[in-house]
Amino acid sequence: MARIIVITSGKGGVGKTTTAAAMAMGLAQRGHRTVVIDFDVGLRNLDLIMGCERRVVYDFVNVINGEANLNQALIRDKRCDSLYVLPASQTRDKEALTQEGVGKVLEDLGKGYDYIVCDSPAGIEHGATMAMYFADDAVVVTNPEVSSVRDSDRMLGILASKSRRAEQNDEPIKEHLLLTRYSPERVERGEMLSVNDVQEILSLNLLGVIPESQAVLNASNAGIPVVLDNESNAGMAYNDMVSRYLGEDLPMRFLDAERKGIFSRIFGG
Amino acid sequence: MGLLDVFRSNRNKGSASVAKERLQILVAHDRAFRNRPSYLPKLQQEILEVIRKYVEVDLDAVSVNYEQDEDQEFLELNIVLPDAAGRT
Repeated sequence: MARIIVITSGKGGVGKTTTAAAMAMGLAQRGHRTVVIDFDVGLRNLDLIMGCERRVVYDFVNVINGEANLNQALIRDKRCDSLYVLPASQTRDKEALTQEGVGKVLEDLGKGYDYIVCDSPAGIEHGATMAMYFADDAVVVTNPEVSSVRDSDRMLGILASKSRRAEQNDEPIKEHLLLTRYSPERVERGEMLSVNDVQEILSLNLLGVIPESQAVLNASNAGIPVVLDNESNAGMAYNDMVSRYLGEDLPMRFLDAERKGIFSRIFGG
Repeated sequence: MGLLDVFRSNRNKGSASVAKERLQILVAHDRAFRNRPSYLPKLQQEILEVIRKYVEVDLDAVSVNYEQDEDQEFLELNIVLPDAAGRT
């Protein structure tokens, strides 16, 4: 059976899709057969971030409705053989994702894949609850900012109560924290919540800290998951995240502001 | 830390500490609320109905509080009765 990972946050715009793409690509690059599913019916974007938007023929809802089979809908990534994308549909109504239908698709995928990464839509409505219902692991993507931290905490409550594991009294979903858009300079100036602050409030297993980086926008502009950009801090931080998820014990990087020259040191930057 | 930062840090503590404080309070409150049993609102409603059979009280006269620590749960009921003049 595949391990199901949901990428969630509650709040929108914090980097869920970027993270889902990075996680899926990272796992696939390490040789694991991986499929990444876009649960954001109506507002699909994962295909764009993955750079396969022009190859979408059938989608997740088509498969649930029996209008296409899985092999017709799955798009194989051109950069990595063991990675497949299941896009969301653009137009249909959100209720199209039935619990039964989603469960069936995940079960079928589970036979052929090692990891299933679910890119959740923002909010706590139907699509988001469907994305997390069957999960084994949850990566809660959080920005160091008040509304994002609060929404993440609300998400934790929902993960603990409205999942298959909770309903069947199984071992609860493993929850991980991923802090994104982190700016060490602003943290040093006392303008931004630090990793420790967020950890103190949410007390979750910290999977990674992704620094605020121009590379993320560049990567989505080009349709290349940022995890492939190993020159950038964000790319390296995402790679660390994947390795940590797989059990490697790596120190957190990019938590300190870059040291400046003697001039700006004296006068403050 | 730069030389000028010494003066700067005294002047301005930064907004992050305010954010952290607010969040800690908010999250604690959210969590307490989340762990409440789901029957509480209905319980409150029914108790209010019973009391209103006998005493004319305001709709918000009954408050139900639920607290939980490691090995105990507290259900606290607080009913505010009107002063003597209001009683029938």
